[in-house]
Amino acid sequence: MKITKKEVGYIAHLARLDFSEDEKGKLTSQLNTILMYMDMLNRVDTARIQPATHAVSLDNVFRDDIEKKSTGVEIALANAPDGTMGLFGVPRVID
Amino acid sequence: MEFSRLTIHELQKKLRAGELTSVEITESVYRRIASVEEKVHSYITLMEETAIGQAREADRLIREESACELTGIPIALKDILCTEGVRTTCGSRILENFMPPYDATVVRKLKDAGAVFVGKTNMDEFAMGSSTETSWFGITKNPWNLERIPGGSSGGSAAAVAADECIASLGTDTGGSIRQPAALCGVVGMKPTYGRVSRFGMVAFASSLDQIGPITKDVEDCAIMMNVISGHDTGDSTSVPTEVPDYRGFISRDIEGWTIGIPEEYFVDGIDPEIEAAADETIKTLEGLGARCTRISLPHTEYCVAVYYIIAPSEAGSNLARYDGVRYGFRATDGENLLDMYKKTRSAGFGAEVKRRIMLGTYSLSSGYYDAYYKKASQVRALIKDDFDNAFKKCDVILTPTTPTPAFRIGEKVDDPLQMYLSDIFTLSTNLAGIPGISVPCGYTKSGLPVGVQFMANHFEEGKLLQIASAYEKNSTIERRRPDL
Repeated sequence: MKITKKEVGYIAHLARLDFSEDEKGKLTSQLNTILMYMDMLNRVDTARIQPATHAVSLDNVFRDDIEKKSTGVEIALANAPDGTMGLFGVPRVID
Repeated sequence: MEFSRLTIHELQKKLRAGELTSVEITESVYRRIASVEEKVHSYITLMEETAIGQAREADRLIREESACELTGIPIALKDILCTEGVRTTCGSRILENFMPPYDATVVRKLKDAGAVFVGKTNMDEFAMGSSTETSWFGITKNPWNLERIPGGSSGGSAAAVAADECIASLGTDTGGSIRQPAALCGVVGMKPTYGRVSRFGMVAFASSLDQIGPITKDVEDCAIMMNVISGHDTGDSTSVPTEVPDYRGFISRDIEGWTIGIPEEYFVDGIDPEIEAAADETIKTLEGLGARCTRISLPHTEYCVAVYYIIAPSEAGSNLARYDGVRYGFRATDGENLLDMYKKTRSAGFGAEVKRRIMLGTYSLSSGYYDAYYKKASQVRALIKDDFDNAFKKCDVILTPTTPTPAFRIGEKVDDPLQMYLSDIFTLSTNLAGIPGISVPCGYTKSGLPVGVQFMANHFEEGKLLQIASAYEKNSTIERRRPDL
């Protein structure tokens, strides 16, 4: 067992997802199959290997700090599920 | 004669000679869509009204002799590419009604080149899948056999080209999502070098692997599309400021004296015998053109699937944190407080495969597991890159089958994620190494399903890929067929 149903519940919370008990059971078994497969990586000696984080290494990219027009409030809010009063509306944050 | 069957370069000649108009071509494409779309389902959104307007404008430009590379050519866009004022869903319920306020850089470049946009094509949700079965908007069918998948995630873009529902299309490729569906649908698909094409305005899946590229009816069309979409862009800090050659110049050159590497790790048990036979035939054809084929080794190939399915979900889990029901997209309305709203929105807005990958990625990056999974995978990724660096000292290009099997049946792998992941086994490595790859049709199985061959080259050597692919295309003896729809 690489991952338990309880851990699946905890990871789901971190990822801001909800699962039913049934879904959690199925997911636990699928994730275990996948994670067992990943175990093959332990056969590779990586003690002296620097991790690759980019496919093509680039130097930092700089540009001049020139003022540009930004997205207006109306456009920025156009897709919001609740965008009244020029703000992004959300349900209560603090009880 | 239905003009929707023709290639970009064939249509360009006819447009410029005044033999036909863009409006006629565009109408031909929509007639074709009207007759086959119900069976194939390549599209999520059609843009007929604006397309006819763009076609009229194109005809005006052609009359004034101010046409550009793609003036008047109907092109389809994968629904992962932002289009100003046109719904962009990424195949997900969570973006069901998303109207981008701007165009992706590639979309703007196609517009500037005069393209006519046919519509937005279907795809696996957030490009996570190899079969286009995970879309919230239904399944795309393979035009060659409607009981089979078209491949994925750019299944709609490949099916639309194969079924003549557009002239060419754009897809995106994070682990094979252009090349695999191109192979399974019998068309040409290229994943450019990481950084060759700007990702600005492409909905992010795995940012160190994602790349946009063309799906076309032949190799020359691929070169034409690459000429338009390549180049540095200040909107994408990973786009590379390297000069872009004229890719069309690589078409119709010979490959005499080239060395083609055949990696032994890609010809192993589990590969379909008909696919292996088609690859062997391709090798013979290329040898007949004066190329020398030599066995090479890419020793870390067997680890590609494990590395990819740690790195891609980790990046995805992080990229998809933005879908929280606040700034855009779907929101569940029964959330009692903010946290509850986030969870309900994401749980109802994402499909099963996307949630599985978010879970896998969150786990790989979580405290206590980071070293064992994400860091370990990134180290093995470095070794996979080294394999290619070493290989390209010995050969000009590498040849492999694009896929281990032809198109599988709809539903065959949906409940077995690991089997689905293994269907990308030959295409993942180029994304991990950042190198370019192209898939070209190289025959059919006995049951009439298309087979693709893949060429890979070193960073920024797309020209070599186009050169060998076009040399092969012009000299292969495979019969040219069309799907019977």
